[in-house]
Amino acid sequence: MLYAILCYNQEDVVGSWTREEDDACMARLFKVEEKLARQGRLGPVARLLPTTAATTLRKGKGEPLVLDGPFAETKEQLLGFYLVDCDDLDAALDVARDLTAANPGTGSYEIRPLQLFHPGGAVK
Amino acid sequence: MNDMAWIDAALTSARPQAMAALLRYFHDLDTAEEAYQEACLRALRNWPRNGPPRDPAAWLIFVGRNAAIDQVRRRVRQQPLPEEAVLSDREDAEERAAEALDQSGYRDDILRLLFICCHPDLPATQQIELALRVVSGLTVREIAKAFLVGESAMEQRITRAKSKVGRAGVAFEAPGPAERAERLAAVAAMVYLLFNEGYSASSGEMPLRGPLCDEAIRLARLLLRLYPAEPEIMGLTALLLLQHARSAARFDAGGSAISLEEQDRSLWNAKMIAEGLALIDKAMRHRRPGPYLLQAAIAALHSRAASAEATDWQEIDVLYSMLERLSPSPVVTLNRAVATAKVHGADAALDMVEPLEEQLSGYFYFWGVKGRFLTDCGRHAEAREAFNRAISLANNAAEAAHIRAQLDLLAGEAANSPAVVRP
Repeated sequence: MLYAILCYNQEDVVGSWTREEDDACMARLFKVEEKLARQGRLGPVARLLPTTAATTLRKGKGEPLVLDGPFAETKEQLLGFYLVDCDDLDAALDVARDLTAANPGTGSYEIRPLQLFHPGGAVK
Repeated sequence: MNDMAWIDAALTSARPQAMAALLRYFHDLDTAEEAYQEACLRALRNWPRNGPPRDPAAWLIFVGRNAAIDQVRRRVRQQPLPEEAVLSDREDAEERAAEALDQSGYRDDILRLLFICCHPDLPATQQIELALRVVSGLTVREIAKAFLVGESAMEQRITRAKSKVGRAGVAFEAPGPAERAERLAAVAAMVYLLFNEGYSASSGEMPLRGPLCDEAIRLARLLLRLYPAEPEIMGLTALLLLQHARSAARFDAGGSAISLEEQDRSLWNAKMIAEGLALIDKAMRHRRPGPYLLQAAIAALHSRAASAEATDWQEIDVLYSMLERLSPSPVVTLNRAVATAKVHGADAALDMVEPLEEQLSGYFYFWGVKGRFLTDCGRHAEAREAFNRAISLANNAAEAAHIRAQLDLLAGEAANSPAVVRP
């Protein structure tokens, strides 16, 4: 089963990290990624620009509406996601736990099985 | 990053919202600040033990408000006749506690907090200093360092600014649409000024004043989160990001400023540029660009160019002409002339800047630009005159050195081609 691991956190807090703090965090996260990659379980990984750079297409009754901003206003924002191959939910939770340990402070990881997967090609 | 650093970051980012709500309860900056500080102290004791709350701002508002009301009650026992405003705060305590957790209206709260700092009676630098203290929560020492003044002088300046805005009285009702737009414009201008305070620093001052740029970007992002559909706020944020992205390339090892054309573009911060460009793309969909967005779009054309030669000067010329119409100023025209020179030649550019001489005769950059145009037109004697005036107006050694290099080039050309006779 493939699982997407969605990273939630407060982007203003994460955005206030210094360059060094950010680099250190990315280095720790990269170690988790490396392990999974060696096992051939790591799909695409993305880190997203802040929600302030987001645009939402909302489908209503008529033509879809283009709206500025993220889909929903919540306390925490989606900052990125992992695509990891896991045998079951427990295995995905183990991965998420490793990520939690590498990531300081609070924050959540939403774990959701995939219905459809497009591996995509090599991207630049 | 350890627990304490994380708590510190959470407190910093929760501050504007928490301070804004506390100000709405107490209608007084000092009381709101005391309440916020008390809440922070309790957070530092409580959060490491119990873990940080899901909503740090709501926690701080709730705890800060209760702490301040306790404080007021203690004072009330000593003073038999409290002010009415204080009494009403007590009576509404329960109702307001519920309100603290309700997020509606917090946008107006934060905007009000920022707007209070932009009081027109305050000189621009004091507006910025007050915002850094009250909204950003920088210490007086940090602000004093950034403004290159002593700590006690800064303390006095901030205290005076606070009492001035305290006397001025700002409406605490929810603002109407027109008033909200006015406030937003004033706050955006203050954020822009704050950025420029940091950006205009010379290389030696950069480590001290650079944080002002970071803080301005943080506030711009805050505004953008509050008003995600305002193209001018997208433009402002993009403008600051695109300019700040170049900071590592702006000075050479000796501390001299490097012009945009000569900067090593590989040193530009690609992440900031990507974010700035994304914001401009969003904002341009609104099809009515304002001054910030136009300036951002101009900066974006520089950012998109892989080399100085690849710059789309024609588009920059068009954008400057739009900016000229929206907010006419001699400096905008002067900047446009630089683009015009690239597209239509130095003669056309010279025609544009000559009428500006009266207004800009005391401006270093004017004479530098004019000297360059004259050089390109082959009017070397007049060019030398312009460069000499530029040197006399240079704000620092680096600017003067830059012009001297142009004069040396002129002298070199004269020596190498003495036989050139112009018709």
